[in-house]
Amino acid sequence: MTDLAASPRQESSLTALVRHSRYVLGENPVTGFAFALFVLIVLAAVFGPHIVPYDPLASDTSEALKPPSLQHWFGTDQLGRDVFSRVVVATRLDFFIAVASVALVFLMGGLAGVAAGFFGGWTDRIVGRIADTIMAFPLFVLAMGIVAALGNTVQNIVLATAIVNFPLYARIARAEANIRREAGFVEAARLSGNSDWRILTFQILPNVFPILVVQMSLTMGYAILNAAGLSFIGLGVRPPTPEWGIMVAEGAQFIVSGEWWNAFFPGAALMVAVFCFNLLGDGLRDMVDPRRRT
Amino acid sequence: MGGPDRPGHDDHNERREMLTMIVKRLAMAIPSLIGVVVVTFLLTRALPGDPAVYFAGPAATPQAIQQVRVNLGLDKPLIEQFGRYVVDLAHGNLGTSLTTGQPVATELRNRLPASAELTLLGLIVSIVIAVPLGIVAATKPNSLIDQACRVISTAGVSLPVFFTGLILVYVFYYLLGWAPAPLGRLDVFYTEPPHVTGFYLIDSLIAGDPGTFMASLKQLILPALTLAIFSLAPITRMTRASMLAVLSSDFVRTARASGLSAYTVIITYAFRNAMLPVITTLGMVFSFLLGANVLVEKVFAWPGIGSYAVEALLASDFAPVQGFVLTMAVMYVMLNLLIDILYGLIDPRVRLEA
Amino acid sequence: MKRRDFLKSVTALTAAAAVPAPAIWSPAKAQSRQETLLIVSESGPNNLDIHGVGTNVPGYEVSWNCYDRLITHEMKTLPNGTPYYDKTKFKPELAEDMNVGDMSATFKLRKDAVFQDGTPVTAKDVKWSFDRAVTVGGFPTFQMSAGSLAKPEQFVVVDDRTFRVDFLKKDRLTIPDLAVIVPCIINSELVKKNATAQDPWGLEYTKLNTVGSGAYKVTNWTAGSQVVLERNDKWKGGPLPKIKRVIWRIVPDAGNRRALLERGDADVSYDLPNKDFSELKTDGKLTIVSTPYSNGIQYIGVNVQHPPFNDVKVRYAVAYALPYQKIMDVVLYGLGKPMFGAPADTATEVAWPQPHKFNTDLDKAKKLLAESGASNINVPISFDLGFAGVNQPICELVQESLQQIGITTTINKVPGANWRTELTKKTMPLFTNVFSGWLDYPEYFFYWCYHSGKSIFNTMDYQSPQMDTFVDGARAAAATGDWSTYNKDVKGFVDLAFTDMPRIPLYQPYVNVAMQKNVSGYQYWFHRRLDYRSFVKG
Repeated sequence: MTDLAASPRQESSLTALVRHSRYVLGENPVTGFAFALFVLIVLAAVFGPHIVPYDPLASDTSEALKPPSLQHWFGTDQLGRDVFSRVVVATRLDFFIAVASVALVFLMGGLAGVAAGFFGGWTDRIVGRIADTIMAFPLFVLAMGIVAALGNTVQNIVLATAIVNFPLYARIARAEANIRREAGFVEAARLSGNSDWRILTFQILPNVFPILVVQMSLTMGYAILNAAGLSFIGLGVRPPTPEWGIMVAEGAQFIVSGEWWNAFFPGAALMVAVFCFNLLGDGLRDMVDPRRRT
Repeated sequence: MGGPDRPGHDDHNERREMLTMIVKRLAMAIPSLIGVVVVTFLLTRALPGDPAVYFAGPAATPQAIQQVRVNLGLDKPLIEQFGRYVVDLAHGNLGTSLTTGQPVATELRNRLPASAELTLLGLIVSIVIAVPLGIVAATKPNSLIDQACRVISTAGVSLPVFFTGLILVYVFYYLLGWAPAPLGRLDVFYTEPPHVTGFYLIDSLIAGDPGTFMASLKQLILPALTLAIFSLAPITRMTRASMLAVLSSDFVRTARASGLSAYTVIITYAFRNAMLPVITTLGMVFSFLLGANVLVEKVFAWPGIGSYAVEALLASDFAPVQGFVLTMAVMYVMLNLLIDILYGLIDPRVRLEA
Repeated sequence: MKRRDFLKSVTALTAAAAVPAPAIWSPAKAQSRQETLLIVSESGPNNLDIHGVGTNVPGYEVSWNCYDRLITHEMKTLPNGTPYYDKTKFKPELAEDMNVGDMSATFKLRKDAVFQDGTPVTAKDVKWSFDRAVTVGGFPTFQMSAGSLAKPEQFVVVDDRTFRVDFLKKDRLTIPDLAVIVPCIINSELVKKNATAQDPWGLEYTKLNTVGSGAYKVTNWTAGSQVVLERNDKWKGGPLPKIKRVIWRIVPDAGNRRALLERGDADVSYDLPNKDFSELKTDGKLTIVSTPYSNGIQYIGVNVQHPPFNDVKVRYAVAYALPYQKIMDVVLYGLGKPMFGAPADTATEVAWPQPHKFNTDLDKAKKLLAESGASNINVPISFDLGFAGVNQPICELVQESLQQIGITTTINKVPGANWRTELTKKTMPLFTNVFSGWLDYPEYFFYWCYHSGKSIFNTMDYQSPQMDTFVDGARAAAATGDWSTYNKDVKGFVDLAFTDMPRIPLYQPYVNVAMQKNVSGYQYWFHRRLDYRSFVKG
C-alpha cells in the first residue's frame, strides 16, 4: 500500500505546500480545529506557569477537595492545590515528554531506517532484527520494564517511549528510502558524482522527512498516553510535579467518592492534547501524502 | 489494485509454497525470540530491589537474607544465572513466581484464556462498530459523516484505557447499577464451567449452562467495551482507507457503470476486496490490545496474564515477567504467521507478488 | 444500513445482560449468602504457610485462621466497644492446660483435637512444628527468637499429649511469643509424606495446602485473584464459627472496593483510603471500626549519620517544621492518634507509644536551623510506594513545609519491592515509614527501632550507648520482674528518644474495617488481620 514511488512529487517547493495546506485546511475543518488546539497547547506550554492564578505546588489544607467554583475553576485536590493551575502548568511537561520522545525516536529510528533502506545488506539486516525484536515485545510492558529498571524520571519515560516506537519509524523510513534508492533523481545525483552520504543527506532524507513528520504527530499522542499508563501503575514522574497522567491516576481514587474533578479535568486536558495530535497527524498526512486525497 | 478473483494455480504447488513460507517465517522469527529472551533477562536483572531482601521477610538478619539469596540462586554470577534460565527454558520450565508462589508456566496457562477471551471479545465489539463506521466514512469522503467518524474513533484512542475503564465502572456499576461488580470473570456465587477451552463463554455453552454464560458475559461487557473504544481508531481508519482505494478502482467503476445498486457495489464488490488490509490491521490490533490489556485488567480485577506481569514487574519478581514476555513474543510470531496464511488463502496472488 | 443493525444488537445485548441489575446474589443462593463472608482487599497471599520463604502479610491471615496455636489471647473490650485482644491474658487453644515453671512451660494437649484429615494432634506434631519454625530460617525463625525460642532441644515431647518448652533464659516475651501466628501446629505426618530430600520440611506442600487443625481450610486458591475457605466442622479449639464459607477476593483498585461495599456486594474490607473510611463513617450505611495499631507509629525518619542531620539542632528544626495538624486533617481525616504536641508539663509515662512535645512552629525551626549553621540543604525524602495513599501526601506536605525553613527536598518514590532493600542500606537521609510490633511492649519496640544492634528498623542508623543501656536494662528487668528498674529504664529510653529525636513520630495509625450492617463480630488482633472465627452475619 505504501507505493509512494508511483507518485513522486514534481513540485516539492514551499509555495506548493502552502497552497496545498490552505486547501486541506479549508476542505477539512477538523484539521483546522486541531491546528487551533495545537496552537493553544503550545501557548499553554510556553506561558502556562506565568498566567495561572495559583502556585500549582502550594497546598491549602482548609480548601482541600473543593468542587469547581469561581475561585478554583477546576476545583482543588486532596492537599487543596488548585487543579486548574496544575492542569495548565502540566502542559509544558507533557508537551516536553511528547516532543522529546518523538524527536529521539525520529533520530534513532528515522536515521537507522533510512540507512537500512539505502544501504541494504548488513545494515538493513541489523536494523531489521532490532526492530523485529522490539516488535515481538508486548510494548507497554517493555516500556514499564525500562522505566522500572532505570528509575522513574522524565528522561527515562522519554527514552522508553522512544524505544517502543523505534520499529515503527525504522520501518517507515526504510520503506521510503528503499523506494527512492533507485528513483530517477537519485540516479541522476549518483551519475553526477555525488557520494552515497551526500545523496543520503540531500536527496533521500528531505524526501523521507515529511512522511515521518506525519508519524511524529501521531506518536506524540501515544507518548502522553504511555506516560499516563506508567503513572497509573506508580511509575510516573516525581510528585508533586504536575503531570496529566499522574493527576488522572491519583484523582481516580476520588471518583467513587464524588470528587470527580480531580481526575476529570486532567483527563480531559490529556484527551484534548492526544486528540489534537492525532487529528493533526491525519491532517498532515493529507497534506504530505496527496494519494489519500480523493 | 484489487480485482475480481483470478482462477489460478494448481493445488499441489500452492501447498508446497505455503509450507515453505511457514518454515521460512518461523526460521526468521528465531533470532527475534533469542533477542527477546536476552533483553528480558537483562532488563529484569536491572530492576531495582533485591528479591532476597524482599523475600527474607520483615526484620531479617543479613545472614537470613544471604540464605534466601543462596536458595534463590541469586548469589551466582549473572552469566551462570542466564545459563540456568536457558536450560530450564529448554525443559519448558519457566520458573516459579515468588509473589504468588506458583510455577509460572501453570499460571500463564491458567490466566491466558482470561486475557484472550477478554481481548477477543473487545476486538469483536470493536470490529462490529469500526468496520461499518469505516465503510460509511469511505462512501462519502470528507463529508460531515466522514469527519464525525474520524472524530469519534480518534476520541476513543485519545483516552488512557484505565481512565475509560474507571469511568465506565463509575457510571454503569456505581451510579446506574446496570453492570455487575468489577470482580473478575465471574460473580462469586457462580462456579466456573468445566474447563474445555478456558473461555467461560464457550465452556458454559458446552456445559449447557445459560446462567453461567450470562454471568460471565455480564462481567465481560465493561472491560471489553473499554478495549473496544481504544481500538476503534486503527480499524476504522484502515477500513476507510482500504475502501477508498477499492472504490476508486476500475472494476468498481465498471460495476457501477453497469447499473448495479450502490449497496451491491459497496458490500459485494468493494468490501470483499477491501478486507485484506483490514485483516492485517486486526492482527496488529489484537497483539497490541493483548499488551494494552495490563491496565484494563488492573481496573477490572481481571485474572489475566497482563495484571500478573505488572504485579510481578513491580515486585522485581523475575520469572513471571520473563515468562509473560516470552509468551507474548511467541504469540506475536504465531499470530503474524496466521495472518499471512489467512491473507494467502483469501488472495492467492499476494504470495506470488510479495 | 447494516451498521445501525449492528449497533442495535450491541445495545440490545448490553441491555439484556444488564436487566437483572445489581441482583448479584440470586434468591436460590440467599441461604449460602447468609453463611458466606465476602471479603475484598488489595492483595492476597503468596503462600498459605507462614513458615514459607517470603510469605507475605495476607498469607499470615490464612495461617491464623487455618492453624491452631497452643495458646491464644483472651478478649477484652475497648471503651468504644471493639473487642480487643488482651495482651496479658492467655487461654488455651490446642492446649487445654498450661503450666509455667521457673525455666520451662508444660502444655497438656486437648484429648479430642484432630487435624483436618482426622488424625489426632499429638505432642510430636507440636515439636515437629516448633523445630521447623526455628530451623527453616527467615521470618519464622526470627520471630521465634524474639521470644528466646531458638533451638530444637528446647522443645520436648513428654508423652503423646504432654509437651514442654524449656527456656534458654528468662524472657518476658517467651509465652506471648507462643501466641503469635508463627508457632502454629502442623500435621507433621502428612507433611513428611509430601516432603522431599531437597525440601525436608515440606514447604512446597504447605505452600499450597493448609494442613492444620484450625477452624478453616483453604479449598480454592487462585493466586492474585481469590482465596476460598471452608469451615472445619471438626474444630475443637473453640465454639464452632458461624461463617461456613469465606470468599476473599482481590480487588486492586481502591475505588472499586469502596463501590463494592457501598453497593452491598462485599461484606468486609479493611484496606480503603482514610478518606473513604471517614466518609463511610459519616454516611452511616456501613459499620466502620477504627482501632489504633498496637505498638505502631508512623514517623519521619532522619538519618543521624547524614550531615547536617548529625546535628541535633537540625533534627529539632525539622521536628518544629513538620505540618502535623495538616497531616491529621487531609491525609488521615482524623483517623489516627496524634503523637505530637503534648503539653510542656506532661510527665513521661511507662508506656509506648506516647506523644512528644514538638508542634509546628516555623519561627522556632528557622531559628534552630540558623543556630546550627547548616545551609543549602538539599536531600531526597523517600517513601514506600506500596503505601502511597498515605505516604505521598505526607511527603508532599513535609516537602512544602521544609521548603519554608530553607530545606529543599525531592520526593523519591521507592517501589514496594525495593523498600526493604533501601531500609537495610540505612542510607536514606529523610523518609517516612510505619513500624508496628506484634508484641505490645515498649522495650520490644525500642529494641527494634532505637537499639544500635543490627535491626533494619533502626533506619536512622542511630547509635547511642546510653539508649542501649536503657533498652537492655528494661528487657532484663522485665524478665526478672524488677518493675522499679523497668519503669526507670522505660522512661529513660522514651525521654532519650525525644531528646535525641532521630525519628519524629507523627501519629499512631488506625486499623479501619468497614462492614455491612448485618456483619458483626470483628475483633482486633495484634497482627491486624481478620479472624474469621468470630464473625457473624445476619
